[in-house]
Amino acid sequence: MRNLKLIIVREYLARVRNKTFMIMTFLSPIIMVGMVILIAYLSSLNSDENKIIAVYDESDNAFFNEFKSDENISYLDYSDMSLEAAIDSVAKKEYYGLLFFPNSTDNQYLAKHTEFFANKAPGISFLSDIESKISTVLTEKELQRRGVNLNEINQAKTKVNLQIENFSGEETSKLSNYVKMFFGGAAGYLLMMFIIIYGNMVMRSVIEEKTNRIIEIIISSVKPMQLMVGKILGTSLAGITQFAIWIVFGSILLFVVTSIFGIDISNSSPVASTALDMGTQDEIGKLIIDIVHLPLGKIVFCFLIYFIGGYFLYSSLYAAIGAAVDSETDTQQFMLPIILPLMLGIYVGFFSVIDNPHGTISTIFSYIPLTSPVVMLMRIPFGVAWWEIVLSMAILICTIFLLIWVAAKIYRVGILMYGKKPSYKELYKWLRY
Amino acid sequence: MQNLLVAENVSKKYGDFTALNQLSIEVPQQSIFGILGPNGAGKTTFIRIVNQITMPDQGEILLDGEPLKPEHIQYIGYLPEERGLYKSMKVGEQVLYLAQLKGLSKKEATVRLKYWFERLEIGDWWNKKIQELSKGMAQKIQFIVTVLHQPKLLIFDEPFSGFDPVNANLIRDEILKLRDDGATILFSTHRMESVEELCDYMALIHKSNKLLDGKVSYIKKQFKSNTYQVGIEPTQEEQFKQLLQEKFEVTPTFFHSIHQDLQLNIKIPEKYSQNNLLSFLMNHGKINHFVEVIPSVNDIFIKTIKSHA
Repeated sequence: MRNLKLIIVREYLARVRNKTFMIMTFLSPIIMVGMVILIAYLSSLNSDENKIIAVYDESDNAFFNEFKSDENISYLDYSDMSLEAAIDSVAKKEYYGLLFFPNSTDNQYLAKHTEFFANKAPGISFLSDIESKISTVLTEKELQRRGVNLNEINQAKTKVNLQIENFSGEETSKLSNYVKMFFGGAAGYLLMMFIIIYGNMVMRSVIEEKTNRIIEIIISSVKPMQLMVGKILGTSLAGITQFAIWIVFGSILLFVVTSIFGIDISNSSPVASTALDMGTQDEIGKLIIDIVHLPLGKIVFCFLIYFIGGYFLYSSLYAAIGAAVDSETDTQQFMLPIILPLMLGIYVGFFSVIDNPHGTISTIFSYIPLTSPVVMLMRIPFGVAWWEIVLSMAILICTIFLLIWVAAKIYRVGILMYGKKPSYKELYKWLRY
Repeated sequence: MQNLLVAENVSKKYGDFTALNQLSIEVPQQSIFGILGPNGAGKTTFIRIVNQITMPDQGEILLDGEPLKPEHIQYIGYLPEERGLYKSMKVGEQVLYLAQLKGLSKKEATVRLKYWFERLEIGDWWNKKIQELSKGMAQKIQFIVTVLHQPKLLIFDEPFSGFDPVNANLIRDEILKLRDDGATILFSTHRMESVEELCDYMALIHKSNKLLDGKVSYIKKQFKSNTYQVGIEPTQEEQFKQLLQEKFEVTPTFFHSIHQDLQLNIKIPEKYSQNNLLSFLMNHGKINHFVEVIPSVNDIFIKTIKSHA
C-alpha cells in the first residue's frame, strides 16, 4: 500500500508538472470560450443576412402581394419587364434568386410549373419555406373559388398544447425531456472525452517507462499490477484536477466575456430558444420542479460508479497496449477495439436512447460492459429501475476485474519485451506465460 | 561458509522455449559470483527470477535460508542490463522515489544519498534533470540507485556493458569494496576478463543448462593441462630439441623476452612433475623463463561449450 501511494503521487506529479499539461489546462478553456463566442457571433451574422428575391408574376393572381418582406427576406416586384431582362437584372445585382409564376389560372398547373431561378442552389429550409407559402396562397384561392368562407376556416382551426402528467399526478413540462437529454448526453460525452484523453495519457506513460528503460528497475521493487493500478489512479487524479480547473476557469471566463461583450449565448442554442418560445411562467415553474424531481441522488451515484468503472475498464486496456508496443506509432492497430465500442456507445446514446430510452437496443447496450457506462448514464435521467442498474453495474464490475487481470498479464510480459512487434496472436500467447 | 543465495532445480519455460532447465547454484556469503554464458543462455531469466520479476515454473530460491518472498525485495539491489531513468525527473527526487520503493524512509534515503553524492563528487546534480546529464553521469546515478538501500545481495546484469572505461573501473572498485564491507554480489556477463578480475565463484550456463560451477581457482585447477611455458638458451640446440621431442609434447609459443631464447610450451606426462622437467632443462641450457600455463576463463568457457555441442 505504501508503494502504491508512492507511485500514485509520482504519477500525479509527473503529469501535473508536464509543460504541455499545464499549457492545455489553461489554454483549453480559453479556446473553448473563444469558440462559443465565435459560433454565437457567426450565427448572429448568418441570421442578419438579408436575402433579396425578385418575384416575376405572369398570372393575374397578384402573388406579389402575398409575400411580405421581413428582416430575413425582401421581395421585389419585377413583373413589369420581360422575363429575360428580369433574370439578367437579378443576376447582375446578385440577388438571391427569382421566383417565376407562369401565366395560368389553373392552380394545379401553377403548383407544378412555378419556378425558382438562382445562381447558387438555395437551402432546403428556404425552399420548403417558399413552397409552403405558395401552397398556402394556392390553397386559399382554391377554397375561395369553391365558395368556402376563409374566416370560418380560420376560426375553426384549433391549436393543441398537450399537458403531460405522470402517473402520480404531477404535471411535468415537455421541456424536461430536453433537460434529461442534456444531463444524459453531457454525462456520456464527458465520460468519453475523459477516457480518450486520460487513457491515452496512461498509455503514453507506460510507453515512456519502456523507452526510458527504467521499467525493470521499478518492477524489481513493486509488482507490475501495483504499478499499473498506481499509474491509472495517479493519471485519473491529474485528469480530475484538470477537469475541475477547466470547469471553474471556463465558467468564470465565459461569465466575464459574455458580460463584457453582451453576447446572449442562450439565443444560439436551439434547445434554449425552444425553451424561450414555450417559456411561459407556468412552463418554467414546472421545469424547475422537474429538475428537482429528477432522481438527482441516483444520477450522481450512478455517474460516479459508471465514470470510475468505465474509466478503469478502458485505461487498463490502454495500459496493456502501452506495455505491448515499443513506441506510440505502433499503437494504431490496437486503437480500433478501444475507439469502436466508445463510439458505438455514443451513437447508440444519441440516436437510440434519446428516441426511445427503454427500447431493446438501448437496453441491450446498457448491459454490454464496454458500452454500458456511456449508454446507461444517458438512460438514467429517463428513469431506469434499480435492478437494471444493479445488474448492469455487476456485469461492468466483473468485466473490470477480468480485463484488469488480462491487462496485467499482458503488461507484466510486455513491459520487458523489446523489439517485438506484437500481433493479437502474440498477445494471446503472453496470457499463458 | 554459509550460502546467501541458493537455487534448487529452477526451471522456466516461455511457451515452447526453455529458458532455464533445472538450474541449481549456491552463492556463498560475501563472495562475488559470476554467471557466465553466451547471449540467450538464460542468465537474465535467472536474475529476473531472483528479483521476483518472473516466477519460476519449478524449483525454489532461498535467500538467507528462507524461500523468496516479496519482503526480500529490500535486501536486493538490482542493476539490470536494460537500464534507464525517468528523463524529465530531477536526479535527487528520482533517486529518493526509487529508494522509497525499496522500503527506505525519505529521511534515511536523503542522508544516504547526500553521502553518495559527496563520495562520487556529484553534489551539484541534485536538481538537474536526467536529460541534462551525459550517459556516463546517468550511469553513476543508476549505480547509486542500486546500492543506496544497502542490500545484502547485489545483482548486476552485464554491469560493464554501456559503461565507459572510467566508470567501469569505478564500478569495479566499488563492487570490490561492497564485497569487503559484507555484501554478496551476483553478476552475469559474457565478458570473461571481468570474471577473471573479480569473481571468487562462477557458473557457466549454456542453452538453459548449467555446464559447470564452483570456485574459480578450483575450476582452473581442473582445467589445467600440465603445460609449462619455457624460455631457454640451449647449449646444443639440435640435440636438445630432439631429446625434448622424444620425451614431451612440444608446441611453439611466444612471449616478450629480452633474450635470444628458444620459446616453447611443454606438456609433461602425468608421471612427471614440474621439478623433473626443470632438472631436465637445467642440464641442457640457461633457463630464462618458466611458467605454468593456467587456462583463462575464456579458454575454459570455449572448451566446455565445444565439448557440449
